[in-house]
Amino acid sequence: MVLFVIFCPIIAAILIMAGAPARKAALVASVLAFAAALFLLAFFDQSQRDFQHVTSFTISPEWHLSFTTGIDGLSLVMILLATIVTLAAVWFTGTIEKYENAFYACLLFISGGAIGAFASIDLFFFYAFHELALIPTFLLIGIWGSGNRVAAAWKITIYLAIGSFILLLGLILLYQSFPVAARSFDIRALKAAAGLGQISADAQRHVYLLLLIGFGILISLFPFHTWAPEAYASAPAPAAMLHAGVLKKFGLYGLLRLAIPLLPEGTHHWANLLVVLLLGNIIYVGLVTIAQKRLDWMLGYSSVMHMGYIFLGIASATILSTTGAVVLMFAHGLSIALLFALAGELRKQTGTLVFDELGGLGKVMPFASLAFGFGVFAAIGLPGLANFAGEIMIFFGAFKNGWEMAHFHLFQIATVLALWGVVISTVYMLRAYRKTFMGTMSERWKEIADLRPAQRVPVVLVVGGLLCYGFFPQSLVRMVTPVLHSYVTSDRHLTDEERCSHGAVRRPPAMDPEYRNAPQGNGYKVVDK
Amino acid sequence: MNSLLPWITLLAPLFSAVVITLFTLRWKAVSSFISIGAVLVSFTCSCLIFTQSGIAAAEFAWIDISGAFKVPFGFTLDQLSKTMLVLVSGVGATIHIYSLGYMRDDEGKSRYFAALSLFMFAMLGIVLANNFVMLFIFWELVGFTSYVLIGHWFYRDAAADAGNKAFITTRIGDFGFMIGILMVWMATGSIVFSEIAPRIPSLASHPAFVTIAALLIFCGAVGKSAQFPLHVWLPDAMEGPTPISALIHAATMVAAGVYMLVRVAFVIQASQTALLVVAWIGAITAAMAALIATQQNDIKRILAYSTLSQLGYMIMAVGLASNDAAMFHLFTHAFFKALLFLGAGSIIVMLHHEQNIWKMGGLSRKLPVTFFTFTIGALALIGCPPFSGFFSKDAILALAYERNLPIFIVGLSTAFLTAFYVVRLLVIVFFGDTRSEVARQSKESPLVMTGPLIVLAIFAALGGFGFFARNFLALPMEKGVTLFVPALAFGALVVGSGLAIAIYRNRTGEPIDVEVLRQKFYFDEIYAWLINWTQELLARVSAFFDRWIIDTAAVDGSSRGTWGIGALLRLIQVGNLQAYVFLFGLGVVAVIYFAVFRS
Repeated sequence: MVLFVIFCPIIAAILIMAGAPARKAALVASVLAFAAALFLLAFFDQSQRDFQHVTSFTISPEWHLSFTTGIDGLSLVMILLATIVTLAAVWFTGTIEKYENAFYACLLFISGGAIGAFASIDLFFFYAFHELALIPTFLLIGIWGSGNRVAAAWKITIYLAIGSFILLLGLILLYQSFPVAARSFDIRALKAAAGLGQISADAQRHVYLLLLIGFGILISLFPFHTWAPEAYASAPAPAAMLHAGVLKKFGLYGLLRLAIPLLPEGTHHWANLLVVLLLGNIIYVGLVTIAQKRLDWMLGYSSVMHMGYIFLGIASATILSTTGAVVLMFAHGLSIALLFALAGELRKQTGTLVFDELGGLGKVMPFASLAFGFGVFAAIGLPGLANFAGEIMIFFGAFKNGWEMAHFHLFQIATVLALWGVVISTVYMLRAYRKTFMGTMSERWKEIADLRPAQRVPVVLVVGGLLCYGFFPQSLVRMVTPVLHSYVTSDRHLTDEERCSHGAVRRPPAMDPEYRNAPQGNGYKVVDK
Repeated sequence: MNSLLPWITLLAPLFSAVVITLFTLRWKAVSSFISIGAVLVSFTCSCLIFTQSGIAAAEFAWIDISGAFKVPFGFTLDQLSKTMLVLVSGVGATIHIYSLGYMRDDEGKSRYFAALSLFMFAMLGIVLANNFVMLFIFWELVGFTSYVLIGHWFYRDAAADAGNKAFITTRIGDFGFMIGILMVWMATGSIVFSEIAPRIPSLASHPAFVTIAALLIFCGAVGKSAQFPLHVWLPDAMEGPTPISALIHAATMVAAGVYMLVRVAFVIQASQTALLVVAWIGAITAAMAALIATQQNDIKRILAYSTLSQLGYMIMAVGLASNDAAMFHLFTHAFFKALLFLGAGSIIVMLHHEQNIWKMGGLSRKLPVTFFTFTIGALALIGCPPFSGFFSKDAILALAYERNLPIFIVGLSTAFLTAFYVVRLLVIVFFGDTRSEVARQSKESPLVMTGPLIVLAIFAALGGFGFFARNFLALPMEKGVTLFVPALAFGALVVGSGLAIAIYRNRTGEPIDVEVLRQKFYFDEIYAWLINWTQELLARVSAFFDRWIIDTAAVDGSSRGTWGIGALLRLIQVGNLQAYVFLFGLGVVAVIYFAVFRS
């Protein structure tokens, strides 16, 4: 079933390239993928912490390289997000004037690549699938984009190529930092080995930094963020939906999947740096967002800003904050996709996204303005929509981190500033909503039509998802906490006594369930003093 | 069945909002009746809850991460919340019915009623919440519905701006509120009120911490209840339909801040410093708003400033550590202020949306029912015995006299100012000659609007006696005070009213001109200037920096070949996009290469 979800879009993309009717095939494939994801959700065993539905094809036993896929709670949430956004993006696309088949194929490649990356248990394919998804993103912007599309495409290509390259270095170093006997591409094996303290603290620090920068560039971590708004403003709406909604989450997923469980010492060591950078995302980029004069740029910057909250959850590395981060990844994916979809529709109808030229469109587009309102209020964390549930868990988790009575430390200050970020995002989002849909309407827009009934289906799907998990976040939380519980040792950082004298992290065996399951005496060795 | 009652009370309006949004947007009459039906169901259930004791409602876990965090979705059902339920659903019901008349021909009637139902859901949620997070959830939701309803006529620039201002200003208060919640959670390990309360005394060794936490929580109330210095949004919120001003911006939502403070009094009262700050913020708001009200000419704005002023009294009572006095005034105020707004709405509709009091005059003859009920509301507002406002305001003044003399003096002066501006309003609107054509042609409103006025007038007149007084008037009063304070207050009332009558009788224009009051102490201008020179300036500088420094530096920096990618970039400069994409394939190959040959 997992394989079906991955390859359904990819095979459809190939068929479309070969000449199958583009829109129909793409729609069928994305509906099937979504249905399969729902099927996986329905038959998901929440009590289990390990990967389920695992299929494995050995490619090289010598290097422990195999094409292994499977899902746990974390990847299932991401796959669910990917399939929903894919369906919405494909449905919203409509007719494309030039190279229609190639356009739809690109969308499906992005989708298949993202799903593949989320479902891969093997490090190599985890990376390869992401690369597969990146390439069509560049093409979509370069060929079908608007505005200064070629420049934007170049910028995102160079940026993300560098990011991928650094990430690659990091992954290779990660592989190398294990003792020879423990080396494997299998994430499960790596985690078991890491749980036994087989990566030295120094190596953890180096590798983590590379992963942070590599993933960080992909996620638009401050100060590597300037590619994002420009690319999203130029990208055709479905491409922006898929990239901002789904593909960008790959980096965050990678940090959660690899950095936190494998490199706890690195996570701890660089937490301060990450907190400073993520505050750059929240406060600095937040301010930049306020100054934007166009809707598409504003949305692009806002998606950069909101990454800061997810980073805050990851930097805190507690069970509460990481759970919040996953919920927010899911919620942000849906809400930003919704906003980009509607902004794309606006551009199609009006030909401009400059705030000063818009205004009062709520009168002629009541449905679109309602839907956009859902997106806006989801983005600023209104309770009842899923983003709020994620944010509040992040805030509580981060605030608790390193708490001492009557003293505010880094994470408390960061939480307070992040809370101020909520005010900042309220300002720019409401202002944008006001300038686009409210107030007096210019005569030019009298003839504009609302969304057609067929276009409303994906909107309802996405809003439904936001509301569903906004009212009942526990259904997401239940899925991801078992996984994350095994990733974060406890709700506090390791104390000095828990660190070995030369720096390797050794967790008390009782705290680490992996310890019991790990194979003993066949090459796995606890690093001693 | 009993355990379901709170659920029905809470969910009936939500159900109505959902049904209207999904199905009946096109049928306006149907929408309005669904909404009214829902609020009546809530009201009935609230009354049933009120009469019964020992109701234990079912809970569920909204978020539950074992060992780390738990947010239960549960209810508090004590005397306070039960009475508040009846009040909110009762006043809500009358205003729903009144809206039938007021919004008769509005094209967005379905949207209006859906938002109104959603508001009832959120407001009842605040009343019922048994923990901080749930309270905060509904707290934000009432803010959202307030935003939607202020901006009901979203195509008017003023309404659209007012909605934004309201939401953003209250969010600033909520910023502090959330930090306060986090601090209390960290210090006590719980977010459930009944679990926090017994743990607060153990924090006595950290007095500064408790004070800061209490004041941060108070920030939430400052935003929501529009206290100085975040009061600026409430007068602008009058851009919304008048029934909304009555329900949300007078009777219930703005009072939610007071309710919240009473609900978490165990935190606020743990710090004397916090109490003192709260009391003074209340006093400042009361006096400042009353001063501004004396120079306003828009009937709804006068009432809005009077709401600010009365909320100031309630906050003052909270700061004087008397929950009973605060809640008592909240109750009487809910009735008489809703009544005054609905009366003003009746006038506004009949005068075709004329709100300038100088264009009215002599309306006592044209709208007799409105006049009669409005006068009852006004008398209750100025605290004229034996109307309800007399008892509740006197309770607060007596308390202030006993516990803090400077605050008592401010409170008493405010009582004088209140009498002055309310009587000024009465004289200009209802007496003298009619001063405009629309006013001359006006006639009484239909029964669907006057009915609610009469019901509310009965409560505004008699609310001080019997039922409400019994529930709340358990106030500590020393002998002698009980007579002395009411006498002083009554004196202030007589002087204020007399002065207003003397000045404004038979006038056609404002005889006194105090620029600083008419300009509302220039708060809007000062804030606009501040925002422009701090946040906006920072935003513009950041945006410039981002585009021309970070972006350029990054692109230039990378093209100069920082750490080893120069080779890659040289390929890019000669190649094209497709060629570069090919490089990615190479990247994928590279991982195998490194993995295999370097190991």
